[in-house]
Amino acid sequence: MSAPAVFFYAFGAAAVLSALSMVLHLRNTVAAAMSLVVTMISLAVVYVVLDAHLVAALQIMVYAGAIVVVFLFVVMLLNLRHDVFAQRRERLVKLAGVVLALGAAFAFLQLVPNSLPTVQEIPADFGSYAAVGRALYRDFVLPFEISSLLLLAAIVGAVVLAKRRLS
Amino acid sequence: MEALVPVLIKTLFIILVAVAAFAPVITWVERKQSAVMQDRIGANRADIAGITVLGLLHPVADVIKLLTKEDVVPTGANRALHLMAPLIASIPVIASFGVIPYGGTYHFGDTTVNLVVADLDWGVLYIFAIASIATYGTVIAGWASNNNWSLLGSLRASAQMISYEVTMGLSIVGLFMCFQTLRLTEMGVAQDSTFRILGFLEHFGFVESLGWLSHLTLPTWGILLQPLAFVLFLTCVMAENKRPPFDLPEGESEIIAGYFLEYSGMRFGLFYMSEFIEVVVIAALMTALFLGGWTIPWLSQADIIGGVTPIFGVGVATGLCMLLHVVAFFAKVILMIWLQMQIRWTLPRPRYDQVMDLCWKVMLPLSLANILVTGLVILVLQGARA
Repeated sequence: MSAPAVFFYAFGAAAVLSALSMVLHLRNTVAAAMSLVVTMISLAVVYVVLDAHLVAALQIMVYAGAIVVVFLFVVMLLNLRHDVFAQRRERLVKLAGVVLALGAAFAFLQLVPNSLPTVQEIPADFGSYAAVGRALYRDFVLPFEISSLLLLAAIVGAVVLAKRRLS
Repeated sequence: MEALVPVLIKTLFIILVAVAAFAPVITWVERKQSAVMQDRIGANRADIAGITVLGLLHPVADVIKLLTKEDVVPTGANRALHLMAPLIASIPVIASFGVIPYGGTYHFGDTTVNLVVADLDWGVLYIFAIASIATYGTVIAGWASNNNWSLLGSLRASAQMISYEVTMGLSIVGLFMCFQTLRLTEMGVAQDSTFRILGFLEHFGFVESLGWLSHLTLPTWGILLQPLAFVLFLTCVMAENKRPPFDLPEGESEIIAGYFLEYSGMRFGLFYMSEFIEVVVIAALMTALFLGGWTIPWLSQADIIGGVTPIFGVGVATGLCMLLHVVAFFAKVILMIWLQMQIRWTLPRPRYDQVMDLCWKVMLPLSLANILVTGLVILVLQGARA
């Protein structure tokens, strides 16, 4: 196996295992959040192996570096101690989870092999910030601007809602 | 496997220089410089058989003390996370050194030597990504200690680090626009030349009236092309490092020592050392981005090699050039370390809301304005040239 393949499978496995560890850490929400961070970082390594360098950097900067930190903030401030989550998990919910997981696995195995694109010629700058930047600011500039406007509206809305509750 | 050997040698060099040599000496520099600024003598007592070497043995004494101290884990702490946090805080700091070039690319016959561990196309993004992981070290340290002061410290640290990360990224976009690359080695090469200070006037038809003024040149260093970005970026990285004047997460007069309050022995030492290693990383990064990296002003690599080759031959000339470049790089790093120490011992600690106001209300708008003005200037110059 070549070195990229070794990295791909090792960090792919790490991503799956840490995701499992996140779901199974019922009693310690901080440990669960940290498992999520490991998942994010492992995914970033997988992206690097797949030549998607910009996505890898953004994965760590945005998800691991900012969003999960805010999760941790909330968890720490709420200071949820043992079993608060665990008690609510009743049998029906667990059953629904198992059924959903099986359904997702079945759909994945059915759909993915048929919908995978055939291997094409990959451009030299595939996944680089230059290629992504060109696509965003030249080919798709209108959708990009519209989505940034939506995000701005969301930020302003959040500030307005939080301010109203304070006063 | 053979391709790995140079990489391992370069990694070892960086770790030996930045972590093992620079960082302990900086702790001594910090003590001595504060002493000079406050009219004291400073550290001078640690000695081996009466020899003190200007107090340079204090770092050695520090390490021995930290290594032999008891490593206490508080009873109510989350043991695994408490033990892990210092590592999460310190490893990303060392890892970010991997993409910073400390020399250019040199050709010795068929072999090519480039003095950087990993020459990544997305080098600056890698540093930002790695820096954002370091936040977890402080957050987890504060929570896992099960101490309210620690938790307050880690909340302050994470809010401060996330806020300043935003401005940190935006403040040097203007630099990317000037150099048109994110690869740190290419940025170094781009800074290895000069520009005529009044050269832009030629595009508007002022050639004759300039006279000798048109021959004045400056190196194309980031600090000269983007002076505002230099100030903004330095402020941001110093806030990321959480050293004074941005040491509110530690704030010993309010929250004792903040996130590492419950740490002792070498685990405290790791937090302590990682701040000093980060001082070196910041200095190296500022050098690579703004101070021309390894380059020597008004003397490009082609000039050096071309000038020495007739006397000693190409091989010696290239080797000499490489040596000069590495020396120039570390001289600039030392200059930047000195500047950080000077700032650290000059400015008092602001209030927490002032730190946040500075980030969101002053530096963020300024860095956005910097991007806008840089874009306008580039457009106008391109238009004048066309």
